[in-house]
Amino acid sequence: MSFPKKIVFYFLLLFSAFLLFFPVMYAFMISFMTGGEIMQGKFFPQTFTFDNYFRVFERLPLMKYLINSFVVSAGVMIGQLIVCSMAAYAFVFISFKGRDFIFFLFISTMMIPWEATMIPNFFTIQKLDWTNTYQGLTVPFFALAFGTFLLRQHFKTIPKELFEASQIAGLSRFAFFWRVILPVSKTSLVTLGAYGFLTTWNMYLWPLLVTNNDQVRTVQIGLKQLQSQEVATEWGVVMAGVIVVIIPTLLLLFIGQKQLQKGLTQGALK
Amino acid sequence: MKKVELLNVSKTYDKKTEVISNINVTIEPGEFFVLVGPSGCGKSTMLRMIAGLEDITGGILRIGEKEANHLPPSKRDISMVFQNYALYPHLTVMENIVFGLHVKKIPKLERKTRCNDVAAMLGLSEYLNRKPRELSGGQRQRVALARAIVNEAPICLMDEPLSNLDAKLRAHMRSEIRQIQRRLGITMIYVTHDQVEAMTMGDRIMILHDGKIQQIGKPIDIYNHPANPFVATFIGSPPMNIAEGVMNEMQSEILIADICKIKIPDEDSRLLQTKQVLVGIRPEHIKAASKETSHESRMVVEAINVEILGNETIFSFKVGGHEWMAKWNGQWRLQVGDRIPIQMKYESICLFDRKTNERIKAPTDIENFILDKEVFL
Repeated sequence: MSFPKKIVFYFLLLFSAFLLFFPVMYAFMISFMTGGEIMQGKFFPQTFTFDNYFRVFERLPLMKYLINSFVVSAGVMIGQLIVCSMAAYAFVFISFKGRDFIFFLFISTMMIPWEATMIPNFFTIQKLDWTNTYQGLTVPFFALAFGTFLLRQHFKTIPKELFEASQIAGLSRFAFFWRVILPVSKTSLVTLGAYGFLTTWNMYLWPLLVTNNDQVRTVQIGLKQLQSQEVATEWGVVMAGVIVVIIPTLLLLFIGQKQLQKGLTQGALK
Repeated sequence: MKKVELLNVSKTYDKKTEVISNINVTIEPGEFFVLVGPSGCGKSTMLRMIAGLEDITGGILRIGEKEANHLPPSKRDISMVFQNYALYPHLTVMENIVFGLHVKKIPKLERKTRCNDVAAMLGLSEYLNRKPRELSGGQRQRVALARAIVNEAPICLMDEPLSNLDAKLRAHMRSEIRQIQRRLGITMIYVTHDQVEAMTMGDRIMILHDGKIQQIGKPIDIYNHPANPFVATFIGSPPMNIAEGVMNEMQSEILIADICKIKIPDEDSRLLQTKQVLVGIRPEHIKAASKETSHESRMVVEAINVEILGNETIFSFKVGGHEWMAKWNGQWRLQVGDRIPIQMKYESICLFDRKTNERIKAPTDIENFILDKEVFL
């Protein structure tokens, strides 16, 4: 690539990176500012004070919320991995009558918006007396059509001969699932796990519906509480909260990326 | 060492058409048995039925003395090598080899010694800690082989195990598999579409076509006495040349594709009763015509393709719409378009009834026949 062309490309890249990252950068800066500085519309704070961070932890049981969010997200992630991988295994390796029909029926539920099922789900949870419990927050998300689809597609690339070889070796169906399929599909499992964790971490509407005290409330609702508690929102405090909340997500991204790359290079079948 | 017996075995997928029908064969203990046929003839299906990976829809399968129709694959005392090897990509070579032993709850120490023995036998000792993807095709093939023999099953099934290797390695693995089979004395059932593999490896071979047995026997017997035109053209390379022939009872001779006549001796006059025949002759039985060759059995053909291979020369020519090939020893400086005088002896030809496809005469030409050990000084 010629030098001027390179300059143009790098400039474009920098510019779009800046556009994309600006809100996060700005939030990060605001979280260190005093109320007055924010009003003046500055981008860099005069001095980096951690006041906002102390205050957000005082105002809210933020630690409790973070733990709740973590428990709920991890719970949904594990539940999804178990349910989806088993469902996908059945759809690929166990032949039964009407398998494809059932699969397409299953997949077609992707077309129903999640919000449409919210009310019946809520009634179920209420009848079970699961409001304000972890199971109320997690169980409705275990069966995920997208996850089943993703894993099924991956399982289908595994040669059928592996299954037959293990049959001849005398492995049970579950042993084959556990000892061959899961290790071979590590990549897809990590992808699905990261996806499930992040979606649950960022979920707002459902936790708002099924929680009404601090017991199991998640962190996203906490953020909203910060905004509405006072007449004039203290943006510095809110942004400090936001930064605290996105740290685990970023951590997961960094750790997960490493795992993902490892999985991609190791999982090659041919 | 167990025998495998198939009695009237058949297979159908849609309950109407049979993809395999009427299979009757007994595979003796310690025998190297080869199933050979063109693709789609049902040979793999038959192997998978013996393995228990496909249901048997009719007939009886016996392994040892036991009926095995409904036994699960793991209870049939078999091991199997797949065409794509089916190695577990996430396990090392060693873990791959002992995978089945682990399931059978064989103690750890014995697993290790058995694995080391087999690895040494196949020259895999250096690679035990590698993953399958870090091995070459030939090495993977060995791992698959090691996995099959490590559990000491009396019967080993192989489904085209050499088809992914290059020609040189294939020839090498052919003799290696054969030697291992002899040393361990296992009953081997081997599926291939390659007639060279079938000829060189099998104690006995079965030729399948359209799900039906064409012929079972020792490779050399099948080569010399093919049961029908299909077998004749399938076994041997280049294949046997075939053309339509008509018997002339008056002259007691065969007219081959209207261009060549061969006299039938009196002792074979019964052959004249079949009017419509197929005449076959092996490429190496077509000889150059000499001065003594009578005018009638002499035939001048035009070469349409010539292959000089160093030790032999193969050229092809047209006979009544069929492309025939002749194989001569040595290097012949032939050119495409050359007119070559050839002769066919009555003793070398093979005759089939055109209606029933049955063989009515096999070649008896002694000079092309088996040489016995007496000729050694």
